Amino acid sequence: MIPTQALFGQLLIGLINGAFYAMLSLGLSVIFGLLNIINFAHGAQYMMGAFVAYFALQWAGLGYWPSLLIAPVVVGLFGVVLERTMLKRLYHLDHLYGLLLTFGVALVVQGLFRNEFGSSGLPYAAPPQLTGGYNLGFMFLPTYRGWVVVCSLVVCLTTWYVIERTRLGAYLRAATENPTLVQAFGINVPRMITLTYGFGVGLAALAGVLAAPIYQVNPLMGADLIIVVFAVVVIGGLGSIMGSIVTGFGLGVVEGFTKVFYPEASNTVIFVIMALVLLVRPTGLFGRTT
Amino acid sequence: MTVTRVLVLATALLAAAVPVHAEISDGVIKIGIMNDQSGTYADLAGPGSVVAAKMAIEDFGAAKKGLKVEVLVADHQNKPDVGSSIARQWFDADKVDVIVDVPTSSVVLAVNQIAREKNKALIVSTGATSDLTGPQCSPNAIHWTYDTWSLANGTGSAVVKTGGDTWFFLTADYKFGHDLERDTEAVVIKNGGKVIGKVRHPFPNADFSSFLLQAQASKAKVIGLANAGADTTNAIKQGAEFGIVRGGQQFAGLLVFLTDVHALGLEKAQGLLLTESFYWDLNDRTRAFSTRFAERHRQAKPTMAQAGVYSAVLHYLKAVEALKSDDGPKVIAKMKELPTDDPVFGKGMVRADGRKIHPMYLFEVKKPSESRGPWDYYKVRATIPAEQAFRPMDQGNCPLVKK
Amino acid sequence: MSVTAKPAVAAPPARVATGPALATHQVAAFVVMVALLVSAPFFVYPVFLMKALCFALFACAFNLLLGYVGLLSFGHAAFLGSAGYASAHAAKVWGWPPELAILFGTVMAGALGIVIGALTIRSRGIYFANITLAFAQMIFFFSLQAKFTGGEDGIQAVPRGTLLGVLDLRHTYTMYFVVLAVFLLGFLVVYRAIHSPFGQVLKAIRENEPRATSLGYQPEHYKLIAFVLSATLSGTAGATKAIVFQLASLTDVHWTMSGEVVLMTLLGGMGTVFGPVAGAFLVISLEHYLAQLGSWLTIVQGCIFIVCVLTFRRGVVGELGRLLGKPL
Repeated sequence: MIPTQALFGQLLIGLINGAFYAMLSLGLSVIFGLLNIINFAHGAQYMMGAFVAYFALQWAGLGYWPSLLIAPVVVGLFGVVLERTMLKRLYHLDHLYGLLLTFGVALVVQGLFRNEFGSSGLPYAAPPQLTGGYNLGFMFLPTYRGWVVVCSLVVCLTTWYVIERTRLGAYLRAATENPTLVQAFGINVPRMITLTYGFGVGLAALAGVLAAPIYQVNPLMGADLIIVVFAVVVIGGLGSIMGSIVTGFGLGVVEGFTKVFYPEASNTVIFVIMALVLLVRPTGLFGRTT
Repeated sequence: MTVTRVLVLATALLAAAVPVHAEISDGVIKIGIMNDQSGTYADLAGPGSVVAAKMAIEDFGAAKKGLKVEVLVADHQNKPDVGSSIARQWFDADKVDVIVDVPTSSVVLAVNQIAREKNKALIVSTGATSDLTGPQCSPNAIHWTYDTWSLANGTGSAVVKTGGDTWFFLTADYKFGHDLERDTEAVVIKNGGKVIGKVRHPFPNADFSSFLLQAQASKAKVIGLANAGADTTNAIKQGAEFGIVRGGQQFAGLLVFLTDVHALGLEKAQGLLLTESFYWDLNDRTRAFSTRFAERHRQAKPTMAQAGVYSAVLHYLKAVEALKSDDGPKVIAKMKELPTDDPVFGKGMVRADGRKIHPMYLFEVKKPSESRGPWDYYKVRATIPAEQAFRPMDQGNCPLVKK
Repeated sequence: MSVTAKPAVAAPPARVATGPALATHQVAAFVVMVALLVSAPFFVYPVFLMKALCFALFACAFNLLLGYVGLLSFGHAAFLGSAGYASAHAAKVWGWPPELAILFGTVMAGALGIVIGALTIRSRGIYFANITLAFAQMIFFFSLQAKFTGGEDGIQAVPRGTLLGVLDLRHTYTMYFVVLAVFLLGFLVVYRAIHSPFGQVLKAIRENEPRATSLGYQPEHYKLIAFVLSATLSGTAGATKAIVFQLASLTDVHWTMSGEVVLMTLLGGMGTVFGPVAGAFLVISLEHYLAQLGSWLTIVQGCIFIVCVLTFRRGVVGELGRLLGKPL
């Protein structure tokens, strides 16, 4: 009933959406893995990234390319402040408190932006270099969407490499296992944790900038996304870097196909998968079992 | 989450020397503007509707006539439960006489029930469901600005007549979307067109690429957007990205407001066909009204929903004045009896089933090169005369209408 | 990185009186609460109070799980909402009297609790929060798609009916005292459960699950019973709410509702008897009286979350109890 060609198109579309899931869940995963904090403000920080890009253009005339750098840095700094002032007080507590605190932060940030900018969204154009598209035969691929997939893959794999394969990554992983010992080796663990949080938040902001030309820049753009991305992380296995990348892309594709065969359920399919996965593997697909 | 009490004391309160009408309950006419003050529909109605209501009170000259009029505002967040608890409190505790505006079909129907139960008045401007003058019609309610039937009728028939005879629907998966799709499909088929596919997307939905691809593959000439607000703008925006219009297909926005076009920008929205009952640049009266409105509302021109609130409040006050009472069903009956006349819709009337009658217009969104500046967005493609613009009264199954 | 088996929520230091003996200060607090609630409708808009009471019961039921078992469910809206649909459907379509409609909603929520509980209760901590969220999202989807729930419209114009054939619930004060009675009944059930030997075992499991196991208890049995009880009482709250407001809608099954009940419990004081009640009244009042602030409301709610987590994790009642030196 659906021609194969159209399915190729849907597969590609799924990968594009998966690229966002992957980048966002990667950030969540890095933060959880190293800080043991469920960062529920991730969706809000993603939205902030898009807004920083918008401000940069409106106030300073800085376009898309500089924003790819500026937004993660600015929002990352916001994350650093958040970590220094609030989150660090919670490390000795159960991680549910971190979830509740960041949930509160998300409400505050989204509320403030909505007060200021309404809710119908602000337009943000794709850079001229990335407009237009390619006719792939089975579908018309907008250049910008292709760029999103490539960019996301590069960022995800680089992050994975740094954390799993470099010395810096080894310090980070060691610090989560035994902070006192790593501290004794002369490494400033608190600062490393702060920077890690800033980095995770920066990833969310980068995803926000990438999303800005596709969706409207909207104060609520991350509000419902957060529980989906959270589900992606849980399915992948909390704290597993590769797990969240693979699951992000994979679920994008699954969701894409659902939109063809049972579109009404496309918002729900991820939760069905989450329930099934957790019933079979309580710590997610790539999570280490206790 | 209930009552917002942005109490706006109309200037009337300042000039209180004139005798108070004994029949006005508690001496004050209280108008409750209930809509979405902060969500998806805040820009197309929201605070702008409040501005419009205040203008109507001033233009009516409530102060000079010695009528005290108060405006209350509440945010129903597009949720029927929030809307009905506000309505209940307004009628029970705050002595509100009439609720005006009410976007979101599900809230309209909930508030309609309560207005009837408490024997008060309801005038809907932004809400779309044509059931309000159909099976759910009530002696306590008037549907003012437009409805799903009139949108479907305007856009559907015009598009088919200009050659767009094969349709694919992108439908928001809830009552309003289903109604709009149903009404439009009927019009398309009646005019000799064909519906070759449809897809129901979750509401709200951010990413339309998958659905657009399906629409593209269907090769339908027209993609009907049976959704509203951010869903519509997102679909059109992403449609541009996927080259829908360049590929020879056309969007038909079944419910698009001026503010939506403003948010999209002409680059993305150009060529879009849509039906509305009001546009600021129709004639001298609409221009004068809209200029005054813009001065008081962040330089934005009014949408049909906001203009409708102005028109509705004005006529409501005229009926109260004529009747010297603010009793719900009596005022509604009087409103049906009196002919309407205002800068927004010109001359018109209210039918026995509660349907306000005026012309509707089919607009086309201008190309960027045709526009003279901000808010100069539409050109009139066709005028649908008042008597053809709305569903004939005998087809609505409204129990108030004697067969 | 894996999740260790430490108790899901750090135990609030304020302890509830141990043993089944009734603590006099709790009896006193109970009397004060009842006196306030009986006189309140003559001063405050009764429909508002009824809403607060329904949520107070919801929060008490939720607290049974979070405060006494240490399990954070992020899907409790499923029970509140589906019971609302069930009772609204029974009252409107089948024409059942209100007492049977509420009972039906309660039973349905309990049944749903057994199914979801049996599937999820072995999960811990954050995984438990997620799997309950997943099930709640499925219930939400079902509510949106099923014919009888009316989708976005919900089930509207539900008749309040006549209780036991004598009390006409269309009368506001009659309705209020019925809601108050339902609330007090639910409250006492929770109180009794906490202060029974069953409650003691729950606390033992929360503090140290392996030790409880080694003492011969089967933690999963106890947790499941607590989960089902919590779901059932949440259902009572939802079913009653549907009758009061004559409406069952998607709001009550949406995930933000699950977040809201966490806010109520946290603000009032988790693991305290009266905390959830205070928390529900505070949150509902905020929503009611700050509604004119528009989206400032979410900002205020967010700030409450932040302040609660950072400064008084015991919640209002928990802190009060600490000041008095007596658990409330």
